[in-house]
Amino acid sequence: MISVQNLTKYYGPTLAVDNVSFEIEKGTVVGFLGPNGAGKSTTVRIITCYLSPSSGSVTVDNNDIMTESLEIRKKIGYLPESAPLYPEMNVVDYIKFMREMRRGSTSPNGKRIKEVLDICGLGGVVGKRIGELSKGYRQRVGLAQALVHDPEILILDEPTVGLDPNQIIEIRNLIKELGREKTVILCSHILPEVEATCNRVLIISEGSIVADGTPDELQTSFEGKTKISVQIKGNIDTLDEKLLRLEGIERIVNSKPLGSDILEIDLEAVKDIDPRESIFNLCVENKSILMEMKREQTSLEDIFRKLTRKDM
Amino acid sequence: MHQILTLAKKEFRSYFDSPVAYVVITLFLLISGWQFSTTLFLSNTADLRTLFGIIRFILLFFIPALSMRLISEEKRLGTIELLMTLPIKDWQLILGKFLAAYLLVIITILLTLVHYVTIASLGEPDFGATVGGYLGLILVVGVYLSIGIFTSCLTHNQIVAFIVSFVIIFIFFIIDKVIIFFPGFIGNLLEFLSTDYHFNNVARGVIDTRNLIYYATMMFLFLFLAVQSLESRKWK
Repeated sequence: MISVQNLTKYYGPTLAVDNVSFEIEKGTVVGFLGPNGAGKSTTVRIITCYLSPSSGSVTVDNNDIMTESLEIRKKIGYLPESAPLYPEMNVVDYIKFMREMRRGSTSPNGKRIKEVLDICGLGGVVGKRIGELSKGYRQRVGLAQALVHDPEILILDEPTVGLDPNQIIEIRNLIKELGREKTVILCSHILPEVEATCNRVLIISEGSIVADGTPDELQTSFEGKTKISVQIKGNIDTLDEKLLRLEGIERIVNSKPLGSDILEIDLEAVKDIDPRESIFNLCVENKSILMEMKREQTSLEDIFRKLTRKDM
Repeated sequence: MHQILTLAKKEFRSYFDSPVAYVVITLFLLISGWQFSTTLFLSNTADLRTLFGIIRFILLFFIPALSMRLISEEKRLGTIELLMTLPIKDWQLILGKFLAAYLLVIITILLTLVHYVTIASLGEPDFGATVGGYLGLILVVGVYLSIGIFTSCLTHNQIVAFIVSFVIIFIFFIIDKVIIFFPGFIGNLLEFLSTDYHFNNVARGVIDTRNLIYYATMMFLFLFLAVQSLESRKWK
């Protein structure tokens, strides 16, 4: 549905997007994840035809952004970063205006407008001036104007900034629901948000895509060593050496006594081997008591930090 | 086409949502009325020529003040991004904004017709010259506004937009008053470029196509520059 080929964008001498290519199929919810200034918003602004690429091409349903941009714009509902709105207009007039501008038809469909206002939880503030609304409500108005013409593609740039935790969960659920029938691009620097809503993640750093896949795929491919931490009580004198002799244990990261006869140990095991069973058996043989054992998996957060940290 | 009107309607309403329209209309009528009434009995002639002179002078400040926010405000708020990703062309956007502001100014100018009523009760003003004068004003204002909207595209700072458009408008206003220093061809050229020279022709009640072509070209030129400046953002 959306195809981006070798997209590059310079702002003056500054490279913002560096030779990026990807395809987005119809009906997926794609998360653009990256730190601030990574090029997410720039990419999105090019897809929405706000900016032109320095080189490369973007097509939406085989329409090119340079030559058939009006066709593309009709299909897109866009919420720019920080949800810019007209403070002096009232909510319902604004939504009506945006629908008319987007559809280019005379009949403002009252039913659809009411529906969108309800979906976005704006029922109580329809008559208010946008300038009087709180940040959370303004964000919802921004979302409502992106939805009002029932677009095939929804592009949301940081849609949950400034919302309280309850509102964030509401918006996320809404995005998930919309993702069943629409193609959604969600820009965010908040991981749990992307993890919770998207079925595909593109991690962008310094203008390039550094990872691409479902949240699960990314987790598996970047999973390195398994980390295990245990607390063992009794007979702790030679425990370290015994643990090291177990199959798959690579090294002991940290071993420190808690009190007189409890030892807390952090271990690293080779990828694909789960040594928890043998650790348990060792404790039984050694007549020690296993107080606690947990395995830590690499989270998407670790991957993200690993990929986007500039000093690495 | 529908979108141009939708946008124009929204813009026009927004003048009345905020105090802009009321302030502009009131101030304009007060200043022009005051200036007009103080000179009326001194000159002792039943015509609106002095009024037209005053209005043209006041408009030098009023039009930049009105037009400075048209695009720069959108840039400041960031709403330009939404506006420019709507399925409309850039020229439709400019035209929609231009029409809304033009309508407000035309209404304001036509409100001064009360002075015609005053004059008509005191003497017998030349009807043709009055119609010509108002037509001339409306054409001049169109040029001023298109200059204003162009400069508003250049910056997100309203004050800068105001000053730049005032300077450009003032140049076109003053240009036929300095031609005595430039005899011959250059003088004629400068005269032809001036908004006032053409106004004086139209205001005599003789409407020449040369004058109309001049105004149409000027409006088109600056609106065209506005569209170009808006589009240049894409490549920055």
